[in-house]
Amino acid sequence: MYIRFILIQNRAGKTRLAKWYMQFDDDEKQKLIEEVHAVVTVRDAKHTNFVEFRNFKIIYRRYAGLYFCICVDVTDNNLAYLEGIHNFVEVLNEYFHNVCELDLVFNFYKVYTVVDEMFLAGEIRETSQTKVLKQLLMLQSLE
Amino acid sequence: MPAVSKGDGMRGLAVFISDIRNCKSKEAEIKRINKELANIRSKFKGDKALDGYSKKKYVCKLLFIFLLGHDIDFGHMEAVNLLSSNKYTEKQIGYLFISVLVNSNSELIRLINNAIKNDLSSRNPTFMCLALHCIANVGSREMAEAFAGEIPRILVAGDTMDSVKQSAALCLLRLYKTSPDLVLMGEWTSRVVHLLNDQHMGVVTAAISLITCLSQKNPDEFKTCVSLAVSRLSRIVSSASTDLQDYTYYFVPAPWLSCKLLRLLQCYPPPEDGAVKGRLVECLETILNKAQEPPKSKKVQHSNAKNAILFEAIALIIHYDSEPNLLVRACNQLGQFLQHRETNLRYLALESMCTLASSEFSHEAVKTHIETVINALKTERDVSVRQRAADLLYAMCDRSNAKQIVAEMLSYLETADYSIREEMVLKVAILAEKYAVDYSWYVDTILNLIRIAGDYVSEEVWYRVIQIVINRDDVQGYAAKTVFEALQAPACHENMVKVGGYILGEFGNLIAGDPRSSPLVQFNLLHSKFHLCSVPTRALLLSAYIKFINLFPETKSTIQEVLRCDSQIRNSDVELQQRAVEYLKLSSIASTDVLATVLEEMPPFPERESSILAKLKKKKGPGAVSAGELEEGKREGGEVNGWEVNQQKSEPSQENASSLTTSPSPTPTAMHLSLTSFFFPSSLSQSTPSPSADLLGLRSAAPVSAAPVSAGSLLVDVFSEAGPAASTAGVNDDGFLRFVCKNNGVLFENQLLQIGIKSEYRQNLGRMYLFYGNKTSVQFVSFSTTLKPVDPLVEGGAQVQQVINIECLSDFSDAPLLNIKFRYGGALQNLSLKLPVTINKFFQPTEMSSHDFFQRWKQLSQPQQEAQKIFKANHPMDTEVLKAKLLGLGTALLDNVDPNPENFVCAGVIQTKAQQIGCLLRLEPNAQAQMYRLTLRSSKDTVAKRLCELLSEQF
Repeated sequence: MYIRFILIQNRAGKTRLAKWYMQFDDDEKQKLIEEVHAVVTVRDAKHTNFVEFRNFKIIYRRYAGLYFCICVDVTDNNLAYLEGIHNFVEVLNEYFHNVCELDLVFNFYKVYTVVDEMFLAGEIRETSQTKVLKQLLMLQSLE
Repeated sequence: MPAVSKGDGMRGLAVFISDIRNCKSKEAEIKRINKELANIRSKFKGDKALDGYSKKKYVCKLLFIFLLGHDIDFGHMEAVNLLSSNKYTEKQIGYLFISVLVNSNSELIRLINNAIKNDLSSRNPTFMCLALHCIANVGSREMAEAFAGEIPRILVAGDTMDSVKQSAALCLLRLYKTSPDLVLMGEWTSRVVHLLNDQHMGVVTAAISLITCLSQKNPDEFKTCVSLAVSRLSRIVSSASTDLQDYTYYFVPAPWLSCKLLRLLQCYPPPEDGAVKGRLVECLETILNKAQEPPKSKKVQHSNAKNAILFEAIALIIHYDSEPNLLVRACNQLGQFLQHRETNLRYLALESMCTLASSEFSHEAVKTHIETVINALKTERDVSVRQRAADLLYAMCDRSNAKQIVAEMLSYLETADYSIREEMVLKVAILAEKYAVDYSWYVDTILNLIRIAGDYVSEEVWYRVIQIVINRDDVQGYAAKTVFEALQAPACHENMVKVGGYILGEFGNLIAGDPRSSPLVQFNLLHSKFHLCSVPTRALLLSAYIKFINLFPETKSTIQEVLRCDSQIRNSDVELQQRAVEYLKLSSIASTDVLATVLEEMPPFPERESSILAKLKKKKGPGAVSAGELEEGKREGGEVNGWEVNQQKSEPSQENASSLTTSPSPTPTAMHLSLTSFFFPSSLSQSTPSPSADLLGLRSAAPVSAAPVSAGSLLVDVFSEAGPAASTAGVNDDGFLRFVCKNNGVLFENQLLQIGIKSEYRQNLGRMYLFYGNKTSVQFVSFSTTLKPVDPLVEGGAQVQQVINIECLSDFSDAPLLNIKFRYGGALQNLSLKLPVTINKFFQPTEMSSHDFFQRWKQLSQPQQEAQKIFKANHPMDTEVLKAKLLGLGTALLDNVDPNPENFVCAGVIQTKAQQIGCLLRLEPNAQAQMYRLTLRSSKDTVAKRLCELLSEQF
């Protein structure tokens, strides 16, 4: 009952963020990344935002050319995670002022900080955008 | 708010990333990376000490290179050094590097833990969070050992900052998941639970995940969380959309926290305290009410957040399964969603309704949506939505709508996606069997399945139809006629050929009167398919042919000719060759009597759980099929263990096996052996892994007389229906009584020995297979039983087998005794058991009308002809289970005979060599008193008495 991994990928399958909450070895991670890409990119807007994946499910949402995917247990609450993604995206958007794919590339190490503020140990840690942004700005001001 | 500029702070990193992005080819990228790696290496090795900034920059570059998918074999030390920097940005990069490239290099772990320790005690909340996040991300055992004691203290300390509490709670959760033995909550429990009351919603959001996980493992210790969670939930649910400020998301107050609270409550039964319960029901009603209110925003975020809570609330209502009103309201709400324009909602409504369908309170309400669901199956664009629709149809199916649902599923199958066909086939097969009122409908359905989706019809499915046809003589003629017609199709699926071969071989005589399906026509039809079939099917057909010789002597010469031709008798496949040779010989040397005995119609299959259901369950994962369904599945029919070919050598003894395959004219012993294999290929044979083994519910790794195999699971797996209860069985009589209504299972088990039984009965004859399994790793010596000589050495982990034939001469009460002696490590073991042979094993079921039943009942009205007992129920009074047991008894279970539908009546005739003894049974359950009244009437007083004794222990 927790997030197994969070992936941000572009349409070409390049990974922009991979955050793992379960032990996988490197080969397995690569395989998962490829499988998720294959499963998610074939779906269109009329499809649901959920897709069964091995013994889990992927909750995903597409923003421009980026797919934000969260892998959870089949019994987990789909809509809560779907909005969890959106909440995360809104924070990124605010933090990077109109976030685009390149922001995630050049500031990859900051994206990890944003993730850790909002999701930790595979669980939702903080949901208030105000609180998260305040904390991020405070960190930003530190040397 | 200042935007973050590209790679601000680390120009060198930004330049490097740009360079990589500008590389035109993979080779160029690798070249650039190697150049950078060389540069970094030289910096790290250089004489000049690097300042913190440069170290941070290079470590960050290494991390980037690693994330691109390249190996990094240095830089760990520099990253660890960054941890002790007192600058946030340097520390952060250090921790990030460690978190991403975890390495259980012991030297480093010590250094890392040291740095973490310093940060945890720094009282600087930013540093504390970094350290906690690192532990939460890595979660190694070493870290748990070092910090599992410290973190709970940080979590509950009064002066800990909120953000640190949030991180500490989840950090602890991670450690608890990886090393539960090291995280001891004990004294902290109550203070952790009280975090649910924390003023800071973020702290509650984080802490509740920890509490939920701990509650699942130690529900009693944490049960005070229920009332706290209810009051927290109640405050959120009743707050206005703006009350919670930061925690309001698109006008929905604290959606994630609400979901988590509702999920925590699902770890517990409904609250016992009336006030708490009342408050919770109120919350759930409010949530359902809000779903009906007009939306406060048109944004999808608003409705998603609102519905996330709604679905979680419905999950809780279903979990409680005790509030009919809420269940029906939930069902109505989901019904609205079934037609919603959002695909997500339609999907989730179908999914959620599936669980509602299994509640007795909402089953009927779910059924009213059948047309919508069927429509979804036909029109949804997303296959996963169609799949959920199929699941729901399966879940809402009962006797009243089975024909409609099965028909819709069959028609959907014609166009169904390949990915879900197999599952659909299993579902149709199960529903068709479960709700078959007339078995001709069942046979039609299964044959249709094979026709439409033959490739997806697994062995379990076609075995099952054969089992059922064999066990029900009212459908045999129809089945023969129908397969005969199906086989007329120019191209028919191989599975159809298998079913056709089997059924015509057994029951072809039932349609042979019609000149259009005369014996020769039947044979020619089957044989026209022969050459296109695979080896196992051909072997099955050969068996059908020899059965034909017995059924229809006029086909003998034609069939012998076929068997005699080179392509059979010299077939390169051993199994085919062996069958051809043996059948040919059998048909030419055996007298008609012998032939008739050997090739007699298959006896009915013993009852056991439908293997199809087990397969579906396996496919869908645990929890997919409810326990109730499994119970219902335990009905009639057993396994087709007779006909299909196993391709391995199938004799109990190795020497005979080899002589059989090479000798062109089989000796009588060999013949006997091969016939054994004819009927019981994989259960009796020493199996190499074979698909057919699954059919019997036997793991392929369960050899019968095999060499030592790891003990443990070996025997437990042999009898699929001997569940955990059976394997921990006590001694002697207990085991015996469990076999009154079933034929297979574990008779006895202790630390040394397990005795399994498989038996079958026909009229006054029976055959019992006893399997003695040595559970130890040491051999048993001087092993002997009173039944028959047996190999005196039983190796550790091995199993020996005995077959005994049983004939019932006249009625009896006492069971035969079995004595077993053996030496284990010098000590003599002596064991005495009752063999589970009871008079009811020789029942022939007798169907009769209500009128006939009562007429005979009255005829048996002398006092000594009746035995009656009133007794308390020892098991839950589940109708399906009762039915299964009564069928297992061997009698016919008569519907619509007793005016009270709660009662069961059965009829049967016991076959002994001396006489036939008619028996009538009536079982009257009283659910309120949890009592039964059992009445037996029989033409023989001792029989009525004995049956009454045996049966009164069964319910």
